[in-house]
Amino acid sequence: MDVIFFTLFNGLMYGMLLFMLSSGLTLIFGMMGVLNFAHASFFMLGAYFAYQISKYIGFIPALFIAPLIIAFCGAMVEKYALRRVHKFGHVAELLFTFGLFYIIEELVQMIWGKVPVGYHVPEFMDFTLFSMSGMGYQAYAIFTLLVSIAIFLALFSVLTKTRVGLIIQAALTHPEIVSSLGHNVPKVFMLVFGLGCALAGLAGVLAGNTLGTEPSMALSLGPIVFVVIVVGGLGSLKGALVASILIGVLQTAAISLDVSINSFIETIGLTVNIESLWHILIDLTISQVAPILPYLLLVVMLIIRPRGLFGNRDV
Amino acid sequence: MRNIFKSFTLWIIVAIIAAALPLLFESSFALTLLCKMGVLIIFTVAYNMLLGQGGMLSFGHAIYFGLAGYASIHILNGIGEETLPYFPTVLFPLIGAIVGLFFGSIIGYVSTRRAGTAFAMISLGFCEMVTAMTLIFVIFFNGEDGIQTDRMVGPEPFGVTFGPQIEIYYLILFWCLVTVAMMYIITKTPFGRMCNAVRDNPERAAFIGYSVRRVRWQAFALSSMFAGAAGSLHALNYEQIGFEAVGVAQSGAVLFMAFIGGAGHFLGPIIGAIGLTYLDSTLADLTEAWLLYLGLIFSLIVMFAPGGIAGLIVMHGPIAKTNSKLLTGLIKPYLSAIGSIIIGIIGFIGIIEMLYFRSLISKGEGEVIIFWTEFNANGIISWIIFIGLILLGFVLSKKTFPKAKEVWDHAISVVKAEITHE
Repeated sequence: MDVIFFTLFNGLMYGMLLFMLSSGLTLIFGMMGVLNFAHASFFMLGAYFAYQISKYIGFIPALFIAPLIIAFCGAMVEKYALRRVHKFGHVAELLFTFGLFYIIEELVQMIWGKVPVGYHVPEFMDFTLFSMSGMGYQAYAIFTLLVSIAIFLALFSVLTKTRVGLIIQAALTHPEIVSSLGHNVPKVFMLVFGLGCALAGLAGVLAGNTLGTEPSMALSLGPIVFVVIVVGGLGSLKGALVASILIGVLQTAAISLDVSINSFIETIGLTVNIESLWHILIDLTISQVAPILPYLLLVVMLIIRPRGLFGNRDV
Repeated sequence: MRNIFKSFTLWIIVAIIAAALPLLFESSFALTLLCKMGVLIIFTVAYNMLLGQGGMLSFGHAIYFGLAGYASIHILNGIGEETLPYFPTVLFPLIGAIVGLFFGSIIGYVSTRRAGTAFAMISLGFCEMVTAMTLIFVIFFNGEDGIQTDRMVGPEPFGVTFGPQIEIYYLILFWCLVTVAMMYIITKTPFGRMCNAVRDNPERAAFIGYSVRRVRWQAFALSSMFAGAAGSLHALNYEQIGFEAVGVAQSGAVLFMAFIGGAGHFLGPIIGAIGLTYLDSTLADLTEAWLLYLGLIFSLIVMFAPGGIAGLIVMHGPIAKTNSKLLTGLIKPYLSAIGSIIIGIIGFIGIIEMLYFRSLISKGEGEVIIFWTEFNANGIISWIIFIGLILLGFVLSKKTFPKAKEVWDHAISVVKAEITHE
């Protein structure tokens, strides 16, 4: 029971991190049709900026300054590069961000080196807040969870309840009409792109110290974020939330499950005699195959429900 | 008929030149490079069947390349240990093709419902899945170490053992010519035309009565088949294969080659494969920042010349056809524009190299060699020189680029006038 609760909690933590990352991407993708391959690179930049800033003036200022810088970088990328590529179509935009992904990774290596930097959990939050049946819960982990829930609530209410949100949603489906009503649609796009990047940056600030801040972190999380978007349904914020938590729980639960097909067969009282070579296949534990589970989910989803959990169009 | 004859003679000439290349460049470095180019030409042209002909951007095409490579090495080892019957080495690309076709048909079936960005996302997901599998299914992939083989197995027909690199080169050359010719012929068939139609306007293609998904699926499977043949040759060439051959980095590399060379033209990927393989082999030893330059080149091509290098060349076709005098008139403004941008690029490269040197290599030292000259990365003078070059290049470009564009616009307007006049 405790193990289940602990796994669920950790899964929720990881899932909310994935959500912060994928909400920005799904917002940009849903609104502008731009699939930003470099989205996880902004996540990485967030972690590196937070490391640099917290070295000088502390973690709390970094929490606010780093996402702002990222938002500015993202807005500039949109204004000076993506807008130019836009006329060649969405695939060209994706190609451009693919190049950007390489550029950011190399620049990060150039500035901070190839080895992980020492970005640590701030000391004033590095203690066990409470413990339940022997499992300690770190204050920083709870803080991260609260921030990500707050972000989700804020994002959802802004998009659905406020005037700004209405304009953003309208600019997605009817850009011409919105612009003829006197709104500056390109500016709206630029701001949304900046906001999406800032969300990724914030996720980087919060997760960089627990996951490790290194040049390969963008590539290790980027593909999973794509999976979240497809599984949740293209452009659906609600879907991104559900899919993130689903994948978060799935992966953390799988890591703690030391069960294989063979052990299952043995518990029901059978023994299998297969040649030694293929024995390895049924001896694989679920924790060993954990890394491929998100992608398996993607494949299953594509076959049984191509539009994703909450999407309204087929992939 | 005359056209077919013409392209056939052209093909023969290319084959003769390629066959003579090892005689001209005798060093083993050149031979290794030529082998690598041959393999990557097949892979890139196969990739472009998707990207250029079918309009599907894949981030996971290395799956078929790599899996075919793994399969070939296992079969070679099986023949070596005499657990498998003999299969002639010459025909190994056929094994790769079958493996590629098999996996391409399965994965293509679930991922080709839509093209564009959704397809790209899914292809990346599959690529990550296969990469993760290489670390899990150790019996087949042997984790991060990869697997090795010895290509000299079985009998030796006509004394050809495929031990020496030169024999592998001619094997690669043969298959390169055959597969590229096949892929070229496919672009001319009704099926190839349907691929283009599905790329340009899926709705209309569907209205004529074609199943858009089916056409994409077939193109995907065929492209995977040729990628598999390339993977087999890759395995024979290096006698080993590792998990990086199925990964995103390999898929990204083939995308760079196809797009920088020019995805819209059949020759584009070939230009890209030859050019980037050469640069990769020579520059990767000279500079730490090679991937940064590659990313920058790629992004600039996407922004300013989406047709790639081939696109830039083809752009001048109409001028050359109607009035070649205009074409020679373009040379001078082009040279001055290129010259001024090169000055800026030299300055930029200098700055990047010094930054890299300071952060990654230097251990208190200051001497860095850039363009065969020694600079002091900590001294102010070298920084002034390179920043000055950037500024100079920028100022000159401001003058030369509008001039070049003016001449180009004039040439195009003359051509247009002549065409409408006719």
